[in-house]
Amino acid sequence: MAQQSDTKDINKSHYHKEQDETSQYLSFTLGNEEYGVDILSVQEIRGWEPVSRIPNVPFYEKGVVNLRGSIVPIIDLREKLRIKFTDYTSLTVVVVLQTIDNEKIRTMGVVVDSVSDVITINKAEVQNAPDFGTKVNNEFINGLISVDERMVILLNVDKLLKLEEIEPLS
Amino acid sequence: MSIDMSQFHQVFFEECFEGLEAMESGLLDLNTGDIDAEVINTIFRGAHSIKGGSGTFGFNEVADFTHIMETLLDQMRDGRRPVTQPAVDVLLSSVDCLRAMLTAIQSDDKVDTATVVIYKTALEIELNGSAKQSIPLESAVEEDDIETSDNEAEATEQGWSIAFSPYLDLLKTGNDPVRLFRELADLGEYTVAVNTRDIPDFDDLDPEECNLSWTLTVLGESTLEDINEIFSWVEGDCELDIQALIKKEAKATPSVKKDKPESSIVPVIDSLESLPASLDVVQRPSNTIPSSNTDVAGEVLVERRSGVSSSIRVDTAKIDALINIVGEVVITQSMLGLVGENFSMDQLAQLKRGLAQLERHTRDMQQSVMNIRMLPINFVFSRFPRLVHDISAKLNKKIDLKLVGESTEVDKAVVELINDPLVHLIRNSLDHGIEMPADRIAAGKPEVGTIELKAYHRGGHIVIEIIDDGRGLDKNKLISKAIEKGLINENSILNDKQAFELIFMPGLSTAESVTDISGRGVGMDVVRKNIQALGGNIEILSELGKGTIISIHLPLTLAIIDGQSVAVGEETYIVPLVSIIESVNITEDIINKVAGKGETFKLRNQYIPIIRMHEIFNVQPKDKLRTNEGVIVVVERQGVLCGLFVDELLGPHQVVVKSLEANYRRIEGVSGATILGDGSVALILDVPGLVRLSSNRLSSTNPSL
Repeated sequence: MAQQSDTKDINKSHYHKEQDETSQYLSFTLGNEEYGVDILSVQEIRGWEPVSRIPNVPFYEKGVVNLRGSIVPIIDLREKLRIKFTDYTSLTVVVVLQTIDNEKIRTMGVVVDSVSDVITINKAEVQNAPDFGTKVNNEFINGLISVDERMVILLNVDKLLKLEEIEPLS
Repeated sequence: MSIDMSQFHQVFFEECFEGLEAMESGLLDLNTGDIDAEVINTIFRGAHSIKGGSGTFGFNEVADFTHIMETLLDQMRDGRRPVTQPAVDVLLSSVDCLRAMLTAIQSDDKVDTATVVIYKTALEIELNGSAKQSIPLESAVEEDDIETSDNEAEATEQGWSIAFSPYLDLLKTGNDPVRLFRELADLGEYTVAVNTRDIPDFDDLDPEECNLSWTLTVLGESTLEDINEIFSWVEGDCELDIQALIKKEAKATPSVKKDKPESSIVPVIDSLESLPASLDVVQRPSNTIPSSNTDVAGEVLVERRSGVSSSIRVDTAKIDALINIVGEVVITQSMLGLVGENFSMDQLAQLKRGLAQLERHTRDMQQSVMNIRMLPINFVFSRFPRLVHDISAKLNKKIDLKLVGESTEVDKAVVELINDPLVHLIRNSLDHGIEMPADRIAAGKPEVGTIELKAYHRGGHIVIEIIDDGRGLDKNKLISKAIEKGLINENSILNDKQAFELIFMPGLSTAESVTDISGRGVGMDVVRKNIQALGGNIEILSELGKGTIISIHLPLTLAIIDGQSVAVGEETYIVPLVSIIESVNITEDIINKVAGKGETFKLRNQYIPIIRMHEIFNVQPKDKLRTNEGVIVVVERQGVLCGLFVDELLGPHQVVVKSLEANYRRIEGVSGATILGDGSVALILDVPGLVRLSSNRLSSTNPSL
């Protein structure tokens, strides 16, 4: 994390004033789509490893793993975003993210197909996500941006990782 | 050179509170009439070191206050004063007052001087009243014009004349008069005249004897107490005559002959008049003070708990043991390092030996680190004699509290959290359990009721029992109360155990009257909640007319639990060993169904409901064809038995409890998680949660999963 913020500082000094409005995103793929999360919320990137299942939780919460002594939940991003589930392979990657929920820092892992790049974007170029109606849930989406003619969907990590309340079984 | 004294304050306060506790328990042990010199000495030492310490740190109010207590105790110690119940009560309340003062100082609050003066006056009256012995306490107050004079006011304007004639052996006690004079000089302008007429001929002179006597005058703003304070070190080693010097009026002032310290304190009953409330206290010292103080003590307790830092005192033996083990680990590590440097297969045996050693040391180290967190349960128990003493006096009951197994050790966190539930339970026993003396005699019981507080280890648990020989719980009354409040169905049939469980329901109290001690019907449910939050459970056994036993089972530590790991499909779960009764191999033919759904099996004439872990946790069974073969782990929680159906038992483990909620959420039926030897995560099952889950499933006609 510290290193990353350093790089950001260096970047700032290199660019002009208007680039104060830039930030860096880690981009990854889910199927053919490319997504990005704020790089400052990324703690580390790990390979997929089997999880311990947790009973009676939403299907996209895959389970928990032991991350150097702390118990960290793993969320399948494909399933969370309702994209067709594919089997995990040796290339499947877990991005460990930090979020703030009720002033408490949580660490969680999200399963993605692969990570691709670190992109620097100008906030002015971010386009708001269009309203897809009920077809697509866009509450986790911060906006869309075009990088080398590819569309990258920027995700809001805090909203994405906010756990839904489980209704008690009744 | 100035030293920052505040760095020692923490230690000082800790020592003071320890001293106060010692004094308190000593006072409670003190049998009036039958003086055990050792007990009085203990109390005296406690007072003395608080006085010394507070003087050093400049907490003069505390030092002054303790000084009076000390004087009283000193007379008791020498047998010059009988140990009477009123005196003990006054001393007890003074201990409370001191504690309040120290707590206030510790948290930088202002000391409540008004209260302090009340207790101080009570102490002084006790001191002077019984020194004269013939004058009863009441008349001492009424006759205040006889013996009083406003010392402090006079002293501020004038001075004191002191005739100081030490006994011959003063120097042998290590006291140096010169030091005393220096201190006197600090009080104000002073003059000294030495009397050398007692010095013998040179041939007879013993250089270790003190043959001199002095006449001193001190002018300025000093009080008799200041002077007494200085001479307190040589009390009993000298003759001392302190006279007030009067300049303006020739009003009669008391001259205090002080060849013995008992008469050293001039009463300051005058100050009483300015404190109307205190009069009451003084006139009835035996009743009012102890009872009015339960509240004070309670407040103090609360304040103390919110104290600034938390530290524990560790027996050095424990630390030595830990250091020893660490040494061993270092040796083993270097041995393994050597083996690893030039490893060849013929060193395999050596390597294995080293690893085995490392394992043993690690286990030892874990144990001794855990040990450091262990405190004797006495930290909690030691408060109860006082509680029982105060409440029984208030209720006019005669109660004997027995403490058994106070040295049983338990985790610090448990010690801190178990206090409130225990206080509640003991109050209940005092208030509802033990009958009034007359009722007890009528019931053919000894007049004095007994409450036994017992702690012992059983397995990995500590068991705390509160046993009273009171009236016991009335099962029928409980049931009718519960029906009246609509807590249970009118037709329900309950066995004893289930009926006693009712007492833990919120809103249920069998007490006819609500007192300020108990009876409001809140509490027992909170007690149970608190104890369950600690991972323990509570049980009640009672026989009407004979008494009640409340037993609390608590884990020794909250960080590590004993568990049995079980396999369910591909998953591994940990069942806390505390809730397991037994495990039974099961085949299809012993499973009975109720209404085609609810499954039970028969264990020694009792039908026990089965909870299928596969179903409630949605786990695929390993072998779909033989779903009725496996193991049933019979678990018990809150008096309810049920059987968890699992695929197989894997083995017992000591597991380190990790929180699921830190990064995730609370999961019904799971109390936490742990990391297994292979690095994977296993969930720790929460038996009551499982029971809830399963009953929810059964009651829903259309399972949601």
